[in-house]
Amino acid sequence: MISDDLLGSEAHWAFGTDFEDPLAGVDTTVPDDIDPAALARYCLMLGDDALVLSQRLSEWCSRAPDLEEDIALANIALDLLGEARLLLARAAVADPSVVPSLPDGSPVPAEDALAFFRSPAEFRNVTMTELPNGDFAETITRLLLFSVWRLAEFESLLTHPDAVLAAVAAKGRKELAYHRDFAARWFVTLARGTAESRRRVLTALAGLWAFWPELDAPADVEVVLDQVFAAADVSRPEVTPARGLGRECVHTEALTDLLAEMQSVARAHPRGLW
Amino acid sequence: MTVTEPQLAEHFGATIARGDRIEPRDWMPEAYRRTLIRQIAQHAHSEIIGMQPEGDWISRAPSLRRKAILLAKVQDEAGHGLYLYSACETLGTSRRELTDKLLSGKQKYSSIFNYPTPSYADVGTIGWLVDGAAICNQVPLCRTSFGPYGRAMIRICKEESFHQRQGYELLMTMMRGTDEQRAMVQESVDRFWWPALMMFGPPDGASPNTEQSMAWGIKRNTNDELRQKFVDMTVPQARALGVTLPDPQLRWNSERQAHDFGEPDWDEFWAVVNGAGPCNAERLAHRRKAHDDGAWVREAAVAFARLEEAL
Ligand SMILES: [Fe+2]
Ligand SMILES: [Fe+2]
Repeated sequence: MISDDLLGSEAHWAFGTDFEDPLAGVDTTVPDDIDPAALARYCLMLGDDALVLSQRLSEWCSRAPDLEEDIALANIALDLLGEARLLLARAAVADPSVVPSLPDGSPVPAEDALAFFRSPAEFRNVTMTELPNGDFAETITRLLLFSVWRLAEFESLLTHPDAVLAAVAAKGRKELAYHRDFAARWFVTLARGTAESRRRVLTALAGLWAFWPELDAPADVEVVLDQVFAAADVSRPEVTPARGLGRECVHTEALTDLLAEMQSVARAHPRGLW
Repeated sequence: MTVTEPQLAEHFGATIARGDRIEPRDWMPEAYRRTLIRQIAQHAHSEIIGMQPEGDWISRAPSLRRKAILLAKVQDEAGHGLYLYSACETLGTSRRELTDKLLSGKQKYSSIFNYPTPSYADVGTIGWLVDGAAICNQVPLCRTSFGPYGRAMIRICKEESFHQRQGYELLMTMMRGTDEQRAMVQESVDRFWWPALMMFGPPDGASPNTEQSMAWGIKRNTNDELRQKFVDMTVPQARALGVTLPDPQLRWNSERQAHDFGEPDWDEFWAVVNGAGPCNAERLAHRRKAHDDGAWVREAAVAFARLEEAL
């Protein structure tokens, strides 16, 4: 039975064709009134945010405080990875010049060329996403800030003239609402749990707050965040904003290290087939 | 009228004989309960420890598609651990108690996870051979006599078979790639073949609990039967893949209509079972660190739940 399954022609893979062509069935022509270079740059911003934070979250795999959190963090990492793939693929279609050139005959698809063959100075993610995980409180606090902002960003994209971006947003907003709820629930739990957990979450917030302005969140996002802070009995820290320039491709050492690890196998086999 | 223990035992025996399931509320012999707890816990621990050898490659997966497949697979294993701990809890133990026994070394997990994974091809080989061997072991357990265990196994086996296909597909893809990739696949298969055969446990002659477990319907086939089945299933897959298996004695025996094959190194098997494998210490240390690092979070969750209850 099992050997038939493996050798047979029936292509019945887990997760189906989702992994094959992220843009299958969507009209991928870039509308005339959109600047393709600007669209590609914007897709890289959102895509790199998702890719880099997904990479960080997946570091928790087999290390989370309990099995339920291990599974949830992997889920969130998988959602963001899926968003990253759609967005990087979109960037490559909109403006092929953003895709690094590889040796002739390299079978590497565009999404992988973008993920594995760009240097840190070509990534457009915000600084917050690249910072090391820290403890569970830091991971949760970052996820809260990031997903509150990103959910609002995706909601504003639902009516975007680019059909692909609008489709990505429609799929992603449901995922992001779950991420936000997961993070908010844990943020409140930690803030009101024990003295130790409260201390840790306040430390995490104080450290991450400097990177909040880089997201440039609209006012309604600030309102949502304040609601979570109120439930957690936490106030906005008084912190000088960091000069976050991730959107202009200026990054910390942490991104260099993250990419060195992430890209190591792909770069060792530039003609490899995976 | 009170029911006597012999009557209960007779009823239990008749249920097993009919091939019906024993459920948590049913009377069961203490030894049956103990054996099941040990077996299910060991299985649950294997799922959890089994996240590590492959999990190590998530950060370095060479394509985004492979990263997603691998992360989803390792996440599935956490889910398997979760169902199995729940099945075990119906026998009157707790996840916490079982975790303590894993961390203190009182309960074991499958020795296969004490082997290292130095190459990305190992992700494919583990899916193909290790998940493959696990399926051979576990498909019969879908009919095991204890209800919650059998039902958990049905769900788990479905996912394990996805894992096996995905692993095999990775290897197939790599074999179509560069010479270097083909060499990686062969090298990985050479390393994992014998440990995979050992996953079925010691030879029947050296497996004293098999007879009782089969009588209770906890086990359905002997170790050697399952090992044979695995070899017969895997040889044509290896041929289709284009790799050799590192056993000079491996050949088809037309009289038996089965493959003859060599004897695994049972000294190595026992050494790894008893803690001397290449990664035993590392796997437990990783698990212990995650457990210790998460203690304050679990405490916070308990404290917060109590607070909410009080409101
Ligand atoms: Fe599993
Ligand atoms: Fe598996």
